[in-house]
Amino acid sequence: MNKPFQTPIVLLGARLLSPYIMLFGWYVIIHGHYSPGGGFQGGALLAASILLIRVAGGRRVAQLQIKEFATTPLAVVGVSIYFAAGLVAVAMGGYFLDYGMLPIPGMDPAWLRYTGILIIEVGIGLAVMAILVMIYDNMVRGEDYG
Amino acid sequence: MIWEVELIILVFLALSAIVALEVKDMLVAVVMMTIFSFLMALLFIAMGAIDVGFTEAVIGAGVTGILFVVVVFQTSRKSND
Repeated sequence: MNKPFQTPIVLLGARLLSPYIMLFGWYVIIHGHYSPGGGFQGGALLAASILLIRVAGGRRVAQLQIKEFATTPLAVVGVSIYFAAGLVAVAMGGYFLDYGMLPIPGMDPAWLRYTGILIIEVGIGLAVMAILVMIYDNMVRGEDYG
Repeated sequence: MIWEVELIILVFLALSAIVALEVKDMLVAVVMMTIFSFLMALLFIAMGAIDVGFTEAVIGAGVTGILFVVVVFQTSRKSND
């Protein structure tokens, strides 16, 4: 990206703000199954915290946080968590995403459904975060922006 | 919600939309779009749709603003051919 002037204050502010946005994103994901929010909104907040550093710091600083080649495996891990939770329920004799059939010992079905929604929301959050960061990386690729 | 507050939000919503359409500088238009999204999220929350308002605030005011800025900086106003 073309930069008319360069100042460390923008990067300092972004560094101050980014961890709190990321913490709030995890809060939204973890509390998503009984309050507003959820996997998509939390993942978008995580992506916003990473994109803030990428916009403020440029390519070299961005590589210190999450490298460009790490976004695709993160997305694959997130989608795999989602489908693993669904297909394990199928393998245990229920329907797809039937959380009551998940093989976690010592839990009654209500708590199993509670935990199952939490598991797939962590997967959705990871996938959304990785895909949004990947879109940004592919949009700025080929342009020397830092 | 108090209807006066909603009226003020609606007036600023229309103002930001008109400025985003009419302004010459693309960066100002992106910022006005962000303001539009945030006011829209406030209205959604006032109407009781907390989840929709949350999504609008995160996506409309956060991520698409950054992506629009990238697009503005990667394109030029006049074509080269």
